[in-house]
Amino acid sequence: MIDFTFTEEQEMFRKAAREFAENQVAPRVAEMEAAGKVSEAVVRALAEAEMMALTVPEPFGGLGLGYTARMIALEEISRISVATAMMLQVFALGIEPILKFGSEAQKQKYLPDLASGKRLATTAVTEATGGSDPTGIRTSYRKDGDDYIINGRKCFITNSHIADTLTILAKDENDPKAFSAFILEKGMPGFKATHEENKVGMRGCNTGELAFEDVRVSKEQLLFTEGKGLRVTMAAIGDVGRGGMVGCALGVQAACLEASVKFSRERILYGKPISQLPTIQSKLAEMKIDLEAGRLLAYRACAIQDKGQPSSNEFAVAKYFTTEAAQKAAKMAVDIHGGYGCMQEYAVSRYLRDAFVLGPSAGTSDIMKVIIARWVLS
Amino acid sequence: MTLQIIVCVKAVPDPAQAGRIRIDPATRTLTRADVPLAFNPLDRNALEAALQIKEKSGARITVLSMGPSGAESIVRECLSLGADHGILLSDRAFAGADAYATSFTLARGIENIGKYDLILCGMASSDGATEWVGPQIASFLGIPAATQVEELTQADSQTLIVRSGMENGYRLMEIKLPALLTATRKLNRPRALSFSGIIKARKKQIVQWGLQDLGLAEDQVGQAASPTVVSAMTTRTARRQVEFIEGSIEEKAEILVQRLAQAGLI
Repeated sequence: MIDFTFTEEQEMFRKAAREFAENQVAPRVAEMEAAGKVSEAVVRALAEAEMMALTVPEPFGGLGLGYTARMIALEEISRISVATAMMLQVFALGIEPILKFGSEAQKQKYLPDLASGKRLATTAVTEATGGSDPTGIRTSYRKDGDDYIINGRKCFITNSHIADTLTILAKDENDPKAFSAFILEKGMPGFKATHEENKVGMRGCNTGELAFEDVRVSKEQLLFTEGKGLRVTMAAIGDVGRGGMVGCALGVQAACLEASVKFSRERILYGKPISQLPTIQSKLAEMKIDLEAGRLLAYRACAIQDKGQPSSNEFAVAKYFTTEAAQKAAKMAVDIHGGYGCMQEYAVSRYLRDAFVLGPSAGTSDIMKVIIARWVLS
Repeated sequence: MTLQIIVCVKAVPDPAQAGRIRIDPATRTLTRADVPLAFNPLDRNALEAALQIKEKSGARITVLSMGPSGAESIVRECLSLGADHGILLSDRAFAGADAYATSFTLARGIENIGKYDLILCGMASSDGATEWVGPQIASFLGIPAATQVEELTQADSQTLIVRSGMENGYRLMEIKLPALLTATRKLNRPRALSFSGIIKARKKQIVQWGLQDLGLAEDQVGQAASPTVVSAMTTRTARRQVEFIEGSIEEKAEILVQRLAQAGLI
């Protein structure tokens, strides 16, 4: 028998995450929106609430709760602030390569501080010439004795300016088919975060560019085997990155539905609440159908991921469905709100902007279809 | 010696979903089956007070609740917040209890636990809101009670200094243990649930006691032992009404003040 219900403990995780989001994040959403900057108070609160520790095993200072618990937390935080959920999901994306491919020494060095939030993480693959196709990247490395020298630029990197520990992908200067992953640290000579983007949505999370100019790293910073970097970064992006975007999308879907139900019950037209109009009911029903279907896809993929099995294809399906559904839900929520939906005082206008940033993050819907088609044709 | 604290908590219909609570016209009771249960808000202040004492000077906290088996999740939540042990009084015979029968059953549960120094309750439940259960438990146990507690300090291991709110002031009391206190919202700011707290609670036990465990007869508990008679219960419908006030700014302000005073709001 397949049990589709959450355990009592998982329900309590949801409650804890919801309370955290409503009490610690919600009061700072307006400030993040206006400034277009990460709120340091929110980052501190995430660390105090042990949100960075969810997927890190207990021996490394984490909670070892796995990916279903992570999805629950992301969904609840995104319901209040997609930007905060996005930032958090990328912390895990930065932790994952070290967790899955790091040496014992690298795990001991980095994971405890990443779990406690003392250090913040990200993974940097995307460049102007390659993201979804990582083989197109130009950032390169060359060997110099026991060290590696890295040169290049990355763009559209979430947490670019706040991350202390970064997993980056580079290609061998002498062998364009060999890619390696390295762990970089903020402050390394020649490494800096440069341009910071001003996004239309998810304004409270940081996205920007990174530059590497003759960054010298020792062999201890090489992550996994030289030449196997694509495997390191793609495994993290395929499962944890896509999974994280699904959590963000579910939160938007839930928030859109909640706001629409509330508004449609209060807004009187033709002498009765607009929730009684069939056209509005149709929209609410569609939002609910998409939310329920999205949750099934999401939590099934998490169940596979928690078993330690490959889940990137299942997450590609869930990512396609939920981010498209979130955009659809945000459009319907704005429509239901009429003129009010265009005003910044109403959260649905933010949901619409945030929903459109969900699309390209961790691969567009078109790329998801490429991955899914490759899966069915394999 | 470690202070033994008992915190009485109630699983109430989630106040956020109060609109779904219905009245059963036959029994004049609230139909709560469709509404998820939540931790009674003021009981969370009571638990927080116990947790702060535990952190400051050490204590063992037992959480006691009476309710259907679904109320176990609320006891589990208390364990996740830091309580040490949970007891749920649950039996079909307890159903339909008024504040008197509830207090009697809880008092018997406390006697069953054995030694205690301090009992903490929320001042009121968000559904019944009688404010009687705390003082009645104290009365059944024959111990002093202080209600509406806003501040609490430990003078020594057996004495508390308590400040209780009143309509036009406050009472400052020294109270010898064992005693019972009822907590207000002003007493503290309850801590948040944490993921690690939830994990730690995996190892903590919840014991369930029924009628026989308490050594009580059916006519001593539940509706049979409830002297309260509810003569009527009705649903109130809120209606919105808009009135536009005309005139100069001064006139409008004057009329607005009158309207608010008439409505009893100022």
